[in-house]
Amino acid sequence: MSAHILKLKVNGREYQALVSANHTLAQVLRENLGLTGTKQGCQVGDCGSCTVLLDGEPVNSCLVLGVQAESREVLTIEGLAEGNKLHPLQDSFVRAGAIQCGFCSPGMILSAKALLERKPSPGLDDIRQGLAGNLCRCTGYQKIVEAVMQASHRMSGEASS
Amino acid sequence: MSAAYDVIGSRVPRKDAAPKATGQAVFIEDLRFKGELAGALLQSPHAHALIKSIDVSKAKALPGVVEVITAADVPRVKYGVSPARYDEDLFAVNKVRYVGDEIAAVAAEDLETALKAAALIKVEYEPLPRLLSVEEATAEGAPWIHDEFPNNVCAEVHQEFGDVATAFKECDLIQEGRFVSKRQDAAFIEPNQCVAIYGQDGMLTLHSSTQVPHYVQRTVSMVTGLPMSKVRVVKPYVGGGFGPKAAATPIDLAASFLALRSGRPVRMAYTREQVFSFGRARHGFTHEMKIGVKKDGSLMALEHRATLDGGAYSSFGIATVYYAGSLLGGPYKLPNMKYDGRRIYTNKPACGAQRGHGGVIARALFEQQLDIIAERLGMDPVELRLQNMMETGDVTCNDLAMSSLGMRQCIEAVAQGSGWKQKKGALPKGKGIGIACGFFVSGAGYPIYRSETYHCTVTIKADEDGGGVKVFTAAAEIGQGSDTTMAIIAAEALGIPYDMVRIESGDTDFGIDLGAYSSRTTLMTGHATKEAAENLKEVILGELAGELGIDRRRLDIKRGLVKIAGEAVDIAPLRVRYQKEHRGWLSQPEGGQLTFNEASRLACLRRGTLVATGKYKPPVLGGKFKGAAVGTSPAYGCSAQVAEVSVDMETGQITVERVTDAHDCGQAINLTSVEAQMQGSVAMGLGEALFEEVKFDEAGRVMNPSLGEYHIPTIMDMPAVDCIVVESGEPNGPFGAKEVGEGAIMPTIPAILNAVRDAVGLTIDETPLTPERIYMALKKAK
Ligand code: FES
Ligand code: FES
Repeated sequence: MSAHILKLKVNGREYQALVSANHTLAQVLRENLGLTGTKQGCQVGDCGSCTVLLDGEPVNSCLVLGVQAESREVLTIEGLAEGNKLHPLQDSFVRAGAIQCGFCSPGMILSAKALLERKPSPGLDDIRQGLAGNLCRCTGYQKIVEAVMQASHRMSGEASS
Repeated sequence: MSAAYDVIGSRVPRKDAAPKATGQAVFIEDLRFKGELAGALLQSPHAHALIKSIDVSKAKALPGVVEVITAADVPRVKYGVSPARYDEDLFAVNKVRYVGDEIAAVAAEDLETALKAAALIKVEYEPLPRLLSVEEATAEGAPWIHDEFPNNVCAEVHQEFGDVATAFKECDLIQEGRFVSKRQDAAFIEPNQCVAIYGQDGMLTLHSSTQVPHYVQRTVSMVTGLPMSKVRVVKPYVGGGFGPKAAATPIDLAASFLALRSGRPVRMAYTREQVFSFGRARHGFTHEMKIGVKKDGSLMALEHRATLDGGAYSSFGIATVYYAGSLLGGPYKLPNMKYDGRRIYTNKPACGAQRGHGGVIARALFEQQLDIIAERLGMDPVELRLQNMMETGDVTCNDLAMSSLGMRQCIEAVAQGSGWKQKKGALPKGKGIGIACGFFVSGAGYPIYRSETYHCTVTIKADEDGGGVKVFTAAAEIGQGSDTTMAIIAAEALGIPYDMVRIESGDTDFGIDLGAYSSRTTLMTGHATKEAAENLKEVILGELAGELGIDRRRLDIKRGLVKIAGEAVDIAPLRVRYQKEHRGWLSQPEGGQLTFNEASRLACLRRGTLVATGKYKPPVLGGKFKGAAVGTSPAYGCSAQVAEVSVDMETGQITVERVTDAHDCGQAINLTSVEAQMQGSVAMGLGEALFEEVKFDEAGRVMNPSLGEYHIPTIMDMPAVDCIVVESGEPNGPFGAKEVGEGAIMPTIPAILNAVRDAVGLTIDETPLTPERIYMALKKAK
């Protein structure tokens, strides 16, 4: 398989990697860059656990080829916290009990991030639509909805309860 | 009752939540070892066939291939779940029994080469008739899938408690019903995966995404012939289990052999498609019930028959077929019960255990029949249930002791919370409301293999500086929150804050723990953790008492501070010693009371490293009859749920609009986690009720082996679930706690069934309740 030198920006940092043309972005992130926070529940685009943000848009990184990310910006779960300070979404997921096995959580949190960027004060239906592509078998989603609501309140400056 | 506790009953964040939210948490796929080989399986394309020959020469010759193994290369050791039904070979011996049956395994330098090599193995088959349904497998003259099990009967159960025939004669009303459910997939989001490493020291270490490190250790030891002390199983974080991960998998065993032979780490993983074709999740059940009641609604007798489509191997199926009967013994007073269950082998992937093991569909039909009985008697379904409900202290006809039972509170809570009185009977056509109850074991009373072993042991070690403790347990955190539960219990029992407790779990080196199944961990490992923490506290306070020259009984620890009863004691000398050890440090203990740190440090100075252990096994439980072991438990969690649905009378589409859910968990250890288990259970039950079904084509292949084609609930499918936590205080549980993880799913399917019946006036006797099925039923009724 032909190899390419791929240049991309991940979590604000420039990377160069020698990657196979047929490797997915998920593989590149996990294998070449060691960013294993991106999970893979199906590898065929059904579960959303591999969701990352590509130029700000959520994509299933198992469906995107690494080379398609050439010169683009990727945000993975590792890039969300600022140092030791969790992103409000991460913090809300932790506090609301929205994480059980945690296998869906990185993808879920990144989908929620894209949603809040589009819609800083989402309603219930917005959240449901924004997270419709992310499967979770553990939580029944209710605490995930609560976590996203809480994060949106905190991020828009309202005091959270 | 939570007021009595400092940590228990709180909403402290889970220990694993922040690592999981940041991508730091390590799952099996994130572990990397030097020199890893990739393994691949060759699996049968036939549902039923004889193997005439296997030729591995081409596979072995492929550059990059390191090992190729078949049945000829491994000891002939049958394994499985129940020792009474060890019916599996790691690699097929002469015969394959389902599409996916394992024939060979390859280890190669990379996965592509391993897959290529597996495809190069040449197998000659002689196809046999495929038996893809119970009907086909039990037909006259059908071939036997296993020579040892005539007529494809994997297991049979015949039980009678009381005298059913006589009781029916005294009944005023007899209600009969039948129900058919379909095979389900657990659809955990992380597919099974493992890495086996064989070291120069002769130690095999298997890292595996399992629910049961101990049983995997035993099975690997038994099948490979290595002593158990040379097999270590370690479970990293696991992306859900729900039952099917509660036994050693063929990849656990194949990777072990490949590592033993190659001396290199071997990784093997199931693709999502392989997860479906491996199966081991919920059986397809057919239940028939005849229920007799008195005019006043008193339940008198149940006659119950069940047939389970088991697939090609037993897996957990022996326990499943027993649970399918025994879990109807409660929670209603039912003096007479007869059960005849059969599990039939078919040429499909084996079915096994899944959340609510064995009891879910039996419960669905029984609760549906209760609603019909209520209607026939002109009673309210809530009243009928309350009238027959057992009370704390009651024992079922099959010897299950309800040592705590908050069932009545649960029913009252959901009736009130849902507005049952205003809604029942008052909703327009197409809208419906339904109630159901259920209960489940808080841990199986006996291990899967016959043994007097402790079910769990826990070790707690104090940090040498006195700053906290570390809990070591082989219990399996699979997402349900057991690490957090044990940390809370340790903190409460020691009298220290939650953040002073660290935990390591899921490693067979840490002791014995039977693992995460049968909703056992909170009660059982919780007991062992509590005992270990209390023992450690005893050691620390004993040393402190010696140092202070006072009676140990005057001392206690609460919220990280040492309480000294009675007359004042001069703590200054101890404090000075501690301060001298920490000259130049910014934080020093202050105030009039000794801290846990000072006490624990002092004990460490007097005794060296402080370690205490705890252990638990249930007392001897249950009746003497055959199968009494399945269903007995030290305690039972119980639930009631009300579902509200709307049904589109044109298309048959069902929407669950709201679920009101009450669960009696004895005592919440972590309130947030209890609700989380309740909500997750409702989601799984809703999926099973409305759309989940593993389908097969005529060749025995899974037709929908992906999360795209096999629909599990998405966020769009889920209604609001109002959770009400009932705490009855379980005398046999640590701090009064009992289960929540599985009991919470029991009422979901019947609550939805009853709500649909209320909405459309029809009794649907088959799940899933797809729009087609409802549409056809509506059409037929017109
Ligand atoms: S792993 Fe990419 S969608 Fe499932
Ligand atoms: S937390 Fe387990 S899949 Fe979402």
